[in-house]
Amino acid sequence: MWDKLTFSHGVHPPEHKDLSSGVPIRRMPFPEEIVLPLRQHAGKPAKLLVRVGDRVERGDKIAEADGFVSVPIHASAAGEVVGIGWWPHPDGSMAEAVRIKVEKFSPQIPRPRVIPRWEGLDPQQVVAAVQKGGVVGLGGAAFPTHVKLLPPKDTPIETLLVNGAECEPYLTTDHRTMVEYPERVWFGVRIMMKALGVERAVVGIEKNKPDAIEALARTRPDDLNAEVIALTVKYPQGAEKMLIKAVMGREVPSGKLPMHVGAVVQNVGTIACIAEIFETGLPLIERVVTVTGPGVNRPGNLLVPVGTKIRDILAFSGGMKENVTEVISGGPMMGAAQPDLDAPVTKGVTGIVILTDKESRARDVYPCIRCGHCLDACPMFLNPSLMGSLAQTARYQEMVDRANLWDCMLCGACSYVCPSNIPLSQMFGLAKYQLGRLRRKESAA
Amino acid sequence: MTDRNLQMDPEDRLLLTASPHLKSPDSTPKIMWNVVGSLVPIIVVAVYYFGPSAIMVMLASILGAVGVEWLFGKKKSLWDGSAAITGILLGLCLPAGFPLWMAFVGGGFGIAFGKLVFGGLGQNPFNPALVGRAFLQAAFPTAITTWPSTAMEWGAWRGANLSIPLLTGEAPDVITSATPLGLWKFEGQVTDLWHLVIGNTGGSLGETAGIVILICGGYLALRNYLNWRIPAGIFLTVFVFSEVLYLVNGEAFPPPFFMLFSGGLMLGALYMATDMVTSPVTNLGAWIFAAGIGVMVVLIRVWGGLPEGVMYAILFMNAFVPFINRATQPRVFGHFPEEKVKEARA
Repeated sequence: MWDKLTFSHGVHPPEHKDLSSGVPIRRMPFPEEIVLPLRQHAGKPAKLLVRVGDRVERGDKIAEADGFVSVPIHASAAGEVVGIGWWPHPDGSMAEAVRIKVEKFSPQIPRPRVIPRWEGLDPQQVVAAVQKGGVVGLGGAAFPTHVKLLPPKDTPIETLLVNGAECEPYLTTDHRTMVEYPERVWFGVRIMMKALGVERAVVGIEKNKPDAIEALARTRPDDLNAEVIALTVKYPQGAEKMLIKAVMGREVPSGKLPMHVGAVVQNVGTIACIAEIFETGLPLIERVVTVTGPGVNRPGNLLVPVGTKIRDILAFSGGMKENVTEVISGGPMMGAAQPDLDAPVTKGVTGIVILTDKESRARDVYPCIRCGHCLDACPMFLNPSLMGSLAQTARYQEMVDRANLWDCMLCGACSYVCPSNIPLSQMFGLAKYQLGRLRRKESAA
Repeated sequence: MTDRNLQMDPEDRLLLTASPHLKSPDSTPKIMWNVVGSLVPIIVVAVYYFGPSAIMVMLASILGAVGVEWLFGKKKSLWDGSAAITGILLGLCLPAGFPLWMAFVGGGFGIAFGKLVFGGLGQNPFNPALVGRAFLQAAFPTAITTWPSTAMEWGAWRGANLSIPLLTGEAPDVITSATPLGLWKFEGQVTDLWHLVIGNTGGSLGETAGIVILICGGYLALRNYLNWRIPAGIFLTVFVFSEVLYLVNGEAFPPPFFMLFSGGLMLGALYMATDMVTSPVTNLGAWIFAAGIGVMVVLIRVWGGLPEGVMYAILFMNAFVPFINRATQPRVFGHFPEEKVKEARA
């Protein structure tokens, strides 16, 4: 194992992982109602297959993939479809969703299904099985996994990078998965290596998870050309480009994908999920969610059916404390604050972080004092100070031309360090959104 | 209903902000007041050497700076601490016997024309304290170069502190002594390094005790409240440049350690050049900026008409900061030099 592997710049917020890192994953009982948005992944939303009044079994497909960059969605509990309509989405917006009233006293046994035998499948069939299982990146971005497994012929892939960095503060889902199910992770790695046809796999884990590093190193199959690497604890170490830089020393060119430098990055949770498809035949209908933060009474790691409402999860976790100010789906650096606790946990929700008035950002904003701390924090080597002053006057196109706005991945490191509390990353997100809208308008006209 | 298990209805008070939701504990006022706090030992030393006059001069310049900020600054901008820093720093680079009304005017001028006319905190190209001092140097060249000796009785006034505007008051009997730089420039005499380090020499209030300034500035550097590359770069440049000169001709040029510890170099390098607003945002830029100051200091001191050049060197380099920033932008991650134009992405 090497030491001191990392990228340049970045920040180190307090980790607060100890709240839940020692709590084993526990299955949460089925809630009364499940809400499954049709848009749970990047790409095109799934196409609806059910109608109100339909009865579904656990694991049944309720919406199918709409094109290549899309995945199907499966019922995560047996019950009756009671509504189809707009519902709060954990990314903070509204989305069309299927509501399923969960059948009481149901054994929740899925229909008998064929378990794919991975040894006999060729890569194409493995990839098809992954898409059929509705697998998306479980690290937060929710990008359909099978798309990453089909690189164009002219871009050879050398290395499968398994992302166990989990650099967001508070979150411990990947950590617990690695500690409790290391064999499953390795099984998933084996399948992925076959699907990609790569010779080498590297698991990158931040050093603050020694037990996870130990578990994976202990269970590593001897016949696999794979290694476990300890990474420096720094945010955003788990961003694809930063992980590739840290492990392989390569820089993904601007606007290009990791495959252009011979790497495919998959989150450990995603890999464990793929392993499960080939173990049980069950599609992605449940996931591990860290419920944590100083505002929740019983922090822990829960295995919940996809579509469980945040409200139910919080109730199961002992409720919230009095001084709660923010409920965040995902990590506190990149997650979305929730206006409505009826929003469900979708495939891409890594955690529910409950912050109190002590952690929430102060509201006083001061003028930029040009301290340059944001430049030292930006892992992409951008100039957030310049971009911020352009954003304040809505000069969005200039942000692209002069400051490479599109290279910003909205990691939030600049906003985190800014002593003047200027909402830099927040403004950059707005700028990207406005530019995107403008472009859609132009292409429509 | 499961939601009734929650004892309260929290949605009413949930914050809805965009990510990131965390913030480092540093804040602009915290940085500013930390700078003020770090100046306390320097102020104490100044009072030790120059007596009540030191307190009065600093108070006058602080009042001038803070008063103008309060009158004309943005709402609440007084509490961010930046005006207080300007006042203290200006006071620290004035001689002890300086007339109080002049110090007051200098503080006010620095804030008004060094900062507020540009739009307040963060907008000024030049260090406001140095703008104030440059103004005083131009307006009152005699008063600002009258250096009382540290050897006087502690409680005595060190000069015409209480003189009144437009009147030439009768100055009390004051023992004056030239600054080490003046001694070297006009009499070719090099002050003993030990005196420069502990500060019992002539000079401005806060610039004499080099070791104290180094420690105070070091504290700020450790907390990342100043970019250590700037003082390091200035010291390095001054040292190397004057070492070369000294090796060429030890008779005509001062020794490098004398250059480092004399005059306002310590205070200027650690507290004025490192002003975040008026120094480059990039680290490479900080080195260039520092090297520029170092070269200018030596040039002015050795070949200029004035014995001291730190103030003008910093102001001069302040003017280049926007250019330095533009020229030293780091290479963006994933952009390679051979790429001619960055690709327009949908």
